[in-house]
Amino acid sequence: MTSTTTHRPADQARSPVRHPGLNLGPSHQESEDVREEMVFGFWVFMMSDVIIFGLLFATYVVMLGGTAGGPGPSDLFEMKSAFIETMILLVSSFTFGMASLALKYRTDRKVLVIWLVVTLLLGLGFLFFELKDFHTMFGKGGVPSRSGFISAFFSLVPLHGLHVTGACIWLIAILGQIAVYGVDSFVKTALLRLAILWHFLDIIWIGIFSLVYLGGLS
Amino acid sequence: MSQRELSQEEAKEFVSERRSYAWGYLLSLLLTLVPFGFAAFGDLSRMALWLTIAGCALVQIVVHLRFFLHITWSGNKREDLQLILFTVLILLIMGGGTLWILFSLYYRMMPGMMP
Repeated sequence: MTSTTTHRPADQARSPVRHPGLNLGPSHQESEDVREEMVFGFWVFMMSDVIIFGLLFATYVVMLGGTAGGPGPSDLFEMKSAFIETMILLVSSFTFGMASLALKYRTDRKVLVIWLVVTLLLGLGFLFFELKDFHTMFGKGGVPSRSGFISAFFSLVPLHGLHVTGACIWLIAILGQIAVYGVDSFVKTALLRLAILWHFLDIIWIGIFSLVYLGGLS
Repeated sequence: MSQRELSQEEAKEFVSERRSYAWGYLLSLLLTLVPFGFAAFGDLSRMALWLTIAGCALVQIVVHLRFFLHITWSGNKREDLQLILFTVLILLIMGGGTLWILFSLYYRMMPGMMP
């Protein structure tokens, strides 16, 4: 190997990579060394979150028949708004990916901030459409206390929305940190973890739109 | 952020990683549009539609893990792949067990709860 080896990414046997996902690589050594455990710990947290969502999915399926004579899936859900929400979340996953690349390759800080702001706006747009959905459902008598089916719906889907809300707040906090402290290693590791959360929320949403909305409407 | 020139390799890597995100996005878009399209305009039987939706969802989850979360089969990330696979195993046991037990119960005692 020639001297160019030093520029290779970290996962080529130089330093062991302890967490999957986007690793920043050797040019960010100071953040890489100290905080890899934090990112790995976040993966463990994410996995336990996946269990919670998985069991709420199972609860939802079990309660599908429990409409108690109230409105069912085809009365309450709308394909169009589910589609809009799906598209918004998918695009936001892509824009967060672009932000991660801007972080990794240290392009202009402005580029990083722009991608993050676009992601934040998409996240807020998703929440807007989701809340509008819930409002419509309430209008049709789909309140959580109406039936076991609607209770199960409102423990599954809004929990995802709550996660998105948390992720948006976290993103706003990180943008504030960037404004005050610049892109230091705190910000870098926070962004790595937020990226994992954000992409995971999109994966959970795949389950929601497939099982709850498409499954319920077909 | 200290801005600096990218070396040639890094520039190449940057382009290839960006392309990987774009591929992930395009594949996910396709795997979203297909089930929505069939559900909205398609003329499939209920079973075929459900299988299409489930199949697209599973493939899309793998696409997200591969292109957005960078989970691969490559050597030193194995441990974390094992973490994910173990979680999936736990989920299958607990989720599958829930469905099995409760639907068996519905079948025997509460046929009205079968969806």
